[in-house]
Amino acid sequence: MDAIAASEQTREATGLRGRISRALENPTVLGLLFVAPAEFLLLIFLAYPLLLGLWLGFTDTIVGREGNFIGFENYAWLLEDPTFWLTCFNTFLYTLVAVIFKAVLGIGLAVILNRDFKGKGFMRAIVLLPWIIPTALSALCFWWLYDSTFSGISWFLMKLGIIDHFIDFLGDPWNARWSLIAANVWRGVPFFTIGLLAGLQTISPDLYEAAEIDGAGAWKKFRKITLPLLTPLLTIVTVFSTIWTFADFQLVWIITKGGPAGATHIFGTLSYQRAMQGGQFGEGAAISNLMLPILITCVFIAFVFMRKED
Amino acid sequence: MVIERVGSKVIKFYVPLAAYLIFLLFPFYWMVNTVFKSNTELYNLDLNPFYIHSPTLHNIVRLFTETIFLRWMANTFFVAIMATLISLVASLLAAYAIQRLQFKTSGPTGVAIFLGYLIPQTILFIPLAHIIFKLRLWDSLWALVLTYPTFLIPFCTWLLMGYFKSIPKEMEECAMIDGASRIKIFRRIILPLCLPGVLSAGIFCFTLSWNEYLYALAFISSTAKKTVPIGLVTELVRGDVYHWGALMAGALCASVPVALVYSFFVEHYVAGMTGALKE
Repeated sequence: MDAIAASEQTREATGLRGRISRALENPTVLGLLFVAPAEFLLLIFLAYPLLLGLWLGFTDTIVGREGNFIGFENYAWLLEDPTFWLTCFNTFLYTLVAVIFKAVLGIGLAVILNRDFKGKGFMRAIVLLPWIIPTALSALCFWWLYDSTFSGISWFLMKLGIIDHFIDFLGDPWNARWSLIAANVWRGVPFFTIGLLAGLQTISPDLYEAAEIDGAGAWKKFRKITLPLLTPLLTIVTVFSTIWTFADFQLVWIITKGGPAGATHIFGTLSYQRAMQGGQFGEGAAISNLMLPILITCVFIAFVFMRKED
Repeated sequence: MVIERVGSKVIKFYVPLAAYLIFLLFPFYWMVNTVFKSNTELYNLDLNPFYIHSPTLHNIVRLFTETIFLRWMANTFFVAIMATLISLVASLLAAYAIQRLQFKTSGPTGVAIFLGYLIPQTILFIPLAHIIFKLRLWDSLWALVLTYPTFLIPFCTWLLMGYFKSIPKEMEECAMIDGASRIKIFRRIILPLCLPGVLSAGIFCFTLSWNEYLYALAFISSTAKKTVPIGLVTELVRGDVYHWGALMAGALCASVPVALVYSFFVEHYVAGMTGALKE
């Protein structure tokens, strides 16, 4: 083996091939070469569009035609648009309520699954299903489930005598908002659960035993041991979920298309409607760009926490 | 005493668990329940909608004969596989370089790639549409193959970096003393050792690409080139006419590949997900 390697080295030490293979032994050369494909794709299709988007927000570009620089006109226009303000309200409501519910329900399920019981592995696999199944497809299912005349939910509640007529889930602005939030919570709970379950498993059972000897109840143990030890991981999971919820598109687009009458638009759907359906790329980009302050804050928090964890 | 204890376990454990299961599985139940019903049964309010009275395959037959569902599946499959392959190669090389070669800018490069993971598609799709248009890739599946890696590469690189960390450095050092070149070390030692990590990353890439919606909606316009969820909505919702049975059949059938991949690799999936969070 050594002899072969040695003869290979002497053969390759000369000529162009030799020089290339020697250069490849330099970690910097090889390193830059190895990251090149990833960097190339990310520069063209991630970094460049990000900057281009900032620029488009200041232009009157429409689909297929270069635009002119128009300063802050798109933004000024948006600030006078009541639909835009309603969109802001919807996005914040959607994000805030959905993330809180996802966190609470996610922690609850993680605590339940952290106990030892028969079929635990199977249960854990089942729990992830809403997260695995394509959201666009489960959104179709929710759309049907929220049908005003054939919804199983309405039928069931009617039979129980809780309501006396079928609920118009998507026809009324507030019903539609809550319906969308429910669908989002459904989809996002597994992420919290599985993420936090990993953290729960690292908490030593000794702590709980010690607390039990001191006479602590289940709630006190949860509040004084589980929650503090889980906080770093919980923060990261929450920030991630906040980013994705805030920048959501598909659930809302499939279930309500922003309706009824624009009452459930969030940033993503409004910018899609203005840019892709209306052809107003400049205005659409401006709407997207207005998401940036919140997103940058979230990214910053995530970043600081991940660094700390390291 | 014993009864009290069992009762308390039921209330504190099994009841909440059952409630969660009903909440999480109900939409799937509703989907399956709809697929095997005939239209007359579906729209008959006198019947219990939670039960299939006369099961039929009509909706599935209709999905396969009246729409080009298989074509959409093939499109989705093509895009998912291509995007996964591109992303895996790029991330594997990048993750190894950042984690192990320690070149001058490896730290900042790692951070930059991580930040890429947190940029949502909602911000990028408008300028990307502009770029795709200029590259003459509009209405081509290649537009998706090239853009999907932007959200796959950051995630995979990150996941694989964590994986490389767990491979002991001594193995490389020994091979180096024996005179193996860096390329050879990467091919012969690193690659075989990180196969489980590559598998996790590959599964993630495949499911994420299969699930993508926004880019596919924005960049593709002809019916024959659509991916499954977009094709379903455009073909099975005509104005006010909703073919719910066939729609749900489509949703069910298109979920099967992901569900299969997931059920085979569930341990890898969970490990990847939690690993990515902890890194």
